[in-house]
Amino acid sequence: MSRTALAALLLGAALAAPAVASADTSLTAAGSTALLPLVKASAEAYQNQHNDLKISVTGGGSRVGITQVAAKAVDLGMSDILAKGYPDLVDHRVCVVGFSVLTHPGINVKNVSKKQLQDIFAGKITNWKDVGGADVKIVVINRPRSSGTRAVFTQTIMGDVPVSETGLTEDATGTVITAVRTTPGAISYAAFSGTKKFEGGHYTTVEGIAELSIDNVAPSEENVQTGKYPIWSYEHIYTNGVANKDESRFLAFIQSNSAIIHQLGYILFRDMKVNETDR
Amino acid sequence: MTNVRAAGKAHRTERLALIVLRGASGFFIVSIALLIGYLAVEGTKLFTVDHKSIFEFLFSPTFAPDQGHIGALAFILGSLFVTAFAIAVGGPFGVAVGVFFAELAPKRVASAMKPAIEVLVGIPSVVYGWLGLTLLVPLIRNATGSTGFGLLAAGIVLSLMILPTVVSLSEDAMRVVPDSLREGSLALGATRWETIWRVLLPAASSGIGVAVILGIARAIGETLAIQLVLGNAPVIPAGLLSPASALTSEIVMDMGGAAQGSLLQHSLFSMAFLLLLIAMGLIVLVKLVARKAA
Repeated sequence: MSRTALAALLLGAALAAPAVASADTSLTAAGSTALLPLVKASAEAYQNQHNDLKISVTGGGSRVGITQVAAKAVDLGMSDILAKGYPDLVDHRVCVVGFSVLTHPGINVKNVSKKQLQDIFAGKITNWKDVGGADVKIVVINRPRSSGTRAVFTQTIMGDVPVSETGLTEDATGTVITAVRTTPGAISYAAFSGTKKFEGGHYTTVEGIAELSIDNVAPSEENVQTGKYPIWSYEHIYTNGVANKDESRFLAFIQSNSAIIHQLGYILFRDMKVNETDR
Repeated sequence: MTNVRAAGKAHRTERLALIVLRGASGFFIVSIALLIGYLAVEGTKLFTVDHKSIFEFLFSPTFAPDQGHIGALAFILGSLFVTAFAIAVGGPFGVAVGVFFAELAPKRVASAMKPAIEVLVGIPSVVYGWLGLTLLVPLIRNATGSTGFGLLAAGIVLSLMILPTVVSLSEDAMRVVPDSLREGSLALGATRWETIWRVLLPAASSGIGVAVILGIARAIGETLAIQLVLGNAPVIPAGLLSPASALTSEIVMDMGGAAQGSLLQHSLFSMAFLLLLIAMGLIVLVKLVARKAA
């Protein structure tokens, strides 16, 4: 459903692109649904200040963002992963995001080891009672190949262990959370921006799901900043070639708006005490 | 004079109309040819450019193009299973309703129900899928303890979706059976049931065959409605209650992220081409069945 809407939108964007480029009044962005909430909120705030610029933002998945910006179908491609093999794309790092391992709340498990997590996603452990929880069958919910979140999860947790595909596949952060909430025994992975909400000055898990600690490290902002919690990535926005005036202004606006970044569950670069190579 | 001028004008209008009609049909034929040609070229690049074997594409269950595996068997089987389920449930049911409308229903009921059935054809498939996701999936989940997503849910949604096609086409097939057959059968002392079962159904069999084949064609090409309830696991399903994928749902899940010229993109084009070949095969089948009747 979202894909068709996206395809229609991208087609529209592709057809409209020449007219738009000359008028310089519109920006389009597509890609990672982990980064989508930040870019969407930033676009709204930015448009309030700049009435003459129209910014449309859609999801689709990180690889969709990369392929679409490479095809010049959108101006900005949002991605959780590096765009390897696309020499024309220019990387603009926006922030850092952590990813939670989330479950249906009825399983009574709060913590798993990394090895147990691998075994669950590889299909070797199939019941929550085998990791100290309720007697409920485990339902693994994956993201499709186009997902950067899946790539980050695979890279940081699974390593060379192949992910079992026999569970469900959901194509966006939002639909993953809905599916986990409604499916007993479900487990999946999603960005903090989808699993947490900011209320009264601190983060809480959104209703209807539970977040797992890994090796007794909770999926918190602090644990990502100090590098204790393993699943996180830089969030990238790619432009095709050097960013033009409108693009670079909007990118600078996103990067500088630390209040929005923080409230939506993302982490500022300046708060990171480790970098990617420390993992 | 006026007559001559009027005739000349009529002549010009006629020529203009002819040009427009020829142009339109020419454009139509060229578009179709381009479409088939493009799909044929892109859909065979997997074999001509990437030098993968057709055998692997059709019979290997491992689909991981980033590691060089392009087996589409899981998707082919998924498509076949849901279609077979839909036709096994929706086919007989649809034909029965069609026969009822044509032979047994009071005129008022039939004339009220026909437009209602035709409205069902017009409901967008995303609506069927959405209803399946919100009503059917939880129902199956609660009844069976599975996730609710899978072949069963997709099969049920599809059998509802093909119903209008099968009902209206088989009703039409019954209606074109000449009244003389009905009258002759009844005059020989056959009951109404015997008349339908022994005389009318055999006489309408090719029309009903066409109805069922077009139902299959509708089912195998359906995308959104089944993508929402199928679970989209790219594996050969272990049973009716296991999540699965179909050719159509796999294309829609992965097309956005498939880089231009990648193995993934070529594999998806091959699946699209395969769907086109299946559709063409079904149309040929319709022609054969219809010709047999004539």
